[in-house]
Amino acid sequence: MDLELLIGIFPQVLLDGIILGFMYALIALGYTMVYGVLEFINFAHSEIFIVGAFVGVEILLALKGAGLLEGLPWMVVLLLILTAGMVVSGALAVVVERVAYRPLRNAPRLIPLISAIGVSFFLQDAIRLFESLWNNAFNLVYPTMDALNHRFEITETIDIPMKSLVVIVAALLMLWALHTIVGRTKIGKAIRAVAEDQAAASLMGINVNRMISLTFLIGGAMGGAAGVLFGIQYGLINPYTGFIPGLKAFTAAVLGGIGNIPGAMLGGLVLGLLEAFAASYLSLLTGGAFGAEYKDIFAFSVLILILIFRPKGLLGEVVRERA
Amino acid sequence: MRLARLRLVIASLVALALVLPMASIADAQSKGTIKIATQSPLSGGQAALGEGIKLGAQLAIEKFKGPLEKAGFKVELVPFDDQAKPDVGVANAKNIIADKDIMVVVGHLNSGVAIPSSEVYKEANLAMISPANTNPTITDRGYPNVFRICGRDDVQGVVGSEFAAGTLKAKSVYIIHDKTTYGQGVAEFFKADAEKKGIKVLGFEGTEEKSNFDPIITPMKAKNPNLVYFGGIYEQAAPFFKQAREKGVKAKFMGPDGLDSSDLTKIAGKTVVGMNYTSVAGPVSVYPQAKQFAEEYKKKFGKNPEPFAAQAYDSTVIALKAIEAATKGGKAPTRDSVTGAVRDVRYTGITGAVEFDSKGDPKKALYFVLQVASDDPQKWGDNKEVKRLTIAAPAAKK
Repeated sequence: MDLELLIGIFPQVLLDGIILGFMYALIALGYTMVYGVLEFINFAHSEIFIVGAFVGVEILLALKGAGLLEGLPWMVVLLLILTAGMVVSGALAVVVERVAYRPLRNAPRLIPLISAIGVSFFLQDAIRLFESLWNNAFNLVYPTMDALNHRFEITETIDIPMKSLVVIVAALLMLWALHTIVGRTKIGKAIRAVAEDQAAASLMGINVNRMISLTFLIGGAMGGAAGVLFGIQYGLINPYTGFIPGLKAFTAAVLGGIGNIPGAMLGGLVLGLLEAFAASYLSLLTGGAFGAEYKDIFAFSVLILILIFRPKGLLGEVVRERA
Repeated sequence: MRLARLRLVIASLVALALVLPMASIADAQSKGTIKIATQSPLSGGQAALGEGIKLGAQLAIEKFKGPLEKAGFKVELVPFDDQAKPDVGVANAKNIIADKDIMVVVGHLNSGVAIPSSEVYKEANLAMISPANTNPTITDRGYPNVFRICGRDDVQGVVGSEFAAGTLKAKSVYIIHDKTTYGQGVAEFFKADAEKKGIKVLGFEGTEEKSNFDPIITPMKAKNPNLVYFGGIYEQAAPFFKQAREKGVKAKFMGPDGLDSSDLTKIAGKTVVGMNYTSVAGPVSVYPQAKQFAEEYKKKFGKNPEPFAAQAYDSTVIALKAIEAATKGGKAPTRDSVTGAVRDVRYTGITGAVEFDSKGDPKKALYFVLQVASDDPQKWGDNKEVKRLTIAAPAAKK
């Protein structure tokens, strides 16, 4: 076993894990916010996430086609696609709630869950249909922006590309903004009131339906932003790309304590780091007996262990008391 | 614009609904219908290659159905979408054997799909002629109904490692594969022979990951290999190569015929220009007889033929020849008679002469080492031929 190699790649693996973790954290927010308010798992969130990535790539391709991509400063382009991704994904989440979940709100809890799985399949194939009619494409490639590919060399083996920094900074900003909205503003207070007790909240003059829509809007927008960042970081998307990261982000939300916003962040980071370390180190540590293909098994085994000892997640579940 | 497209779709659906009943009326007057099925991924990430197989077969049927139609048969193509998934391929295969008019299957693209599906074809002794499946197991099972017109991975892997050792002078290699029958298979043949030739194998990893390759690339970069070999298909290899180069991996890249699609450059761009890959199917430009095929294909479908389209064309012509032989004297063909006739077909197609051995392998197959010429997907056909070998299929191990 090559100890020097193990130590040498450690910072790079740590960085890979953190980036992946923030990606999971941003997606996990959508699951956790909706769960906090409605106690319901929105399985369509993984598609809402990937729609953001598609909006981003379509705008970039349009800009590239018009020859504007090189001329505009990259910050402007990035802000533009992030905003567009957030708006479209947020709006889509609101529409999905209105069409597929609200009519079922008083039904037994399994019914909206099944509806959500149906929406997820529907959206996957709707995206596929749209892209094949519009672009005749299945895999879409994010156009390269040179500024984002610039690499900061720290040592010979460790470097950080600009786009990874962008992902980390954007994720931190959004998490901070969300935390402020939910914790410090009047709207946030209203959302928390609805989460605690819908009936009492409506008696206090809070429009419950509007607050629920707002929750979906915020969660969807976070997912959309995560989608754009995912596309920039990894470069290639297709209509089914969202499913696996969505599933992992859901796991991250449970790991952190579902319904708990800081928990989703922590859960995302823990899962991202576990996955990165497992993928990079398993084969080195076991002399090739276990390779990177076992990363999910390793990550999820650790997860089960954590949940055995902390069944409510790392930071505890936040759910309204049922009378 | 979108509305206009929608209208077009609806209009064509309506038109189809009107035409279909008429087609069945026409059926009644002829001796019957002979169907040739294709099975290849028509949707999903490998659709580019899969569609090439379907269109190649379509072109062949249109050009060579004449004699059969004169004899009073109606010849039809029935395309199936196996989605590159074994379970879908098997489900389609069950539908195919249930349709008694289907005499031959041309397909598949993926060995991992072809192997279980051909078990189903075998039940009905339905001939499968593969334009693209390179895994040795396909023919090594010795089924009488399974044929292929391309080479094999146990040879292709060796061709690759010979090139890596001899021409690229690689001293060390890091091997990644996609865990499928095809990808892992060819990667293992490459690995075994590379080790024999003294190339140091620094890593051998399988992954199903499609977007985030960071955790695999980091240890790979630290080990600093001369060469990175990806055993798999372009939709996974392309983002992997791109991310590896972006992360500063300086090694040369190499891979098998799964990389042979213009989508490789569409996704990976400049990263893959100059890289080598081995193939059992050269670009159309290396076959002198295929020029006309490429022109007709482009004229009819508005795009350049993907790799394996010409092989699918040849496979389909072989199928038609076999059916002709089986219908000699005006007999209605049966699956048994067609399957028997395929083995006797001697045919020089656009991709070379084909003659099957007892296992269903071609007696002599061509292997190529190619080099990516340009980052423009339109110019995929211009890829340079670096080396060409004619190698006989290994004898059955028994």
